[in-house]
Amino acid sequence: MLTRRSLLEAAGAGVALGGSALALPEMFAARAAGAALSPGVPSGLDASAVMEALPGKKPLIKLSYRPPNYEAPLDYFRTPITPNDQFFVRYHLSNIPDVDAKTYKIEVGGDGANGQTEITLDDLKKMPAYEVVAVNQCSGNRRGLSNPHVAGVEWGYGAMGCARWKGARLKDVLDIVGLKPEAIEIAFNGAEGPAYDKTPDFIKSLPVWKAVDESTLIAYEMNGEPLPHFNGFPARLVVPGWTGTYWMKHLISVTALTKPQGGFWMNPAYRIPVGKFPVVARFISQENAASTPITEMVVNSLITSHADGAKVKAGKVTVSGLAWDGGYGISTVEGSTDGGKTWSAATLGEDLGRYAFRPWSFALAAKKGNNSVMVNAFNKIGQTQTSVLIFNPAGYHNNVMQSITLNAA
Amino acid sequence: MRIFAFAAFIALVALPAAADEPVIQLKPGPGLDKVQGNCGACHSLDYIQMNSPFLNAAGWNAEVTKMIKAMGAPIGDDDAKAIADYLAKNYGT
Repeated sequence: MLTRRSLLEAAGAGVALGGSALALPEMFAARAAGAALSPGVPSGLDASAVMEALPGKKPLIKLSYRPPNYEAPLDYFRTPITPNDQFFVRYHLSNIPDVDAKTYKIEVGGDGANGQTEITLDDLKKMPAYEVVAVNQCSGNRRGLSNPHVAGVEWGYGAMGCARWKGARLKDVLDIVGLKPEAIEIAFNGAEGPAYDKTPDFIKSLPVWKAVDESTLIAYEMNGEPLPHFNGFPARLVVPGWTGTYWMKHLISVTALTKPQGGFWMNPAYRIPVGKFPVVARFISQENAASTPITEMVVNSLITSHADGAKVKAGKVTVSGLAWDGGYGISTVEGSTDGGKTWSAATLGEDLGRYAFRPWSFALAAKKGNNSVMVNAFNKIGQTQTSVLIFNPAGYHNNVMQSITLNAA
Repeated sequence: MRIFAFAAFIALVALPAAADEPVIQLKPGPGLDKVQGNCGACHSLDYIQMNSPFLNAAGWNAEVTKMIKAMGAPIGDDDAKAIADYLAKNYGT
């Protein structure tokens, strides 16, 4: 059984293998804290989570080997763009092929389309190209922090990343075949499949209005490079503002539907109770009286400069981090050092667009001993984070205001 | 030779873990072999460690039922009970 100590050593070894960017001695301490998991995740992870580098990746926190689920440690979130080799990995199914870009194609059609066609990677690259900087966050990010715990992949803070995606508009691809007026959803499949043929394939759909949004892309570049294998090479769906479940990797089919897409991954999976969360975007053709598909991300923030319990010097300390939402844009981030009684505005950093991570920072005067730091983000439609967990059975949409303690000497 | 090759092919297909996947050491106990043979055929066994210890016996039973009903796992009633009992005893609350 792995102890905290061996986890720490594994983390150190992983850094040494993983490259030079984190080779500074002081980063080892920060990284060990990151590898020591987000506070509050199930204690069973102590025995199983390790820092491990997948091919082409820097070490990530391994939650499961098969299918591969790896999250990024806190210190990978010090920049608003997440480098490709530090981007989290999430799969539902374990039969993941190495897709050959030369023979790769996407089938486009369905009963809601006027025709059908096949699109190669070259075809895609010949279409007008668009770029968007957008956060890809797993629906279940922070599930591991749910209280009480709920079953699933027990993500801490790191099942998210932000990249500059480049590709063709999904709308332009759909225009090749033409949508019938009665089309209500567009469904997507990826190249990966289940280990056992009775397991439901991972198929997702979007309402037509979101599919034809100008920001919804079939992306073949991520931060100026081809997509990493583990992030969907050679092309994936990019659905800015919406949670990662819709961002189909290794995209092989786009199917226009006149009836709602069925299957386990649309219902009962990836659903939230009706009326419980302050979300604007609805997926009406999939709604029922009790539940509705998860859609846009809720406004959220993360302190990335310090882990909970970090040691600092008494005096001026600058705390920084990231904020994001479902695409309305971050308006304000506030920090509190008195447990939420009073708040002051943080300084916002570079604006890479309304779908991107927004950096923020604020300075505080740390007294000797424990200093509480809380953060709350606001978006441009007036939404804020929640102070109390909105419990739901799948552990989605956890945007509880973070509260950490800095220990000043 | 042909029979041997066929047997080797079956062994390869039935191999529960990916070739480069470290062996997950679960707690010893009655039913562990059923867990390794059934659960491990489709996913790595670190899923069990990760989801512990917060499920009670009913919670683990619901997970096993989900794997059979929703995920199509071909697990018979006797094995399902042995698996649920093992999980509740070793990874439950």
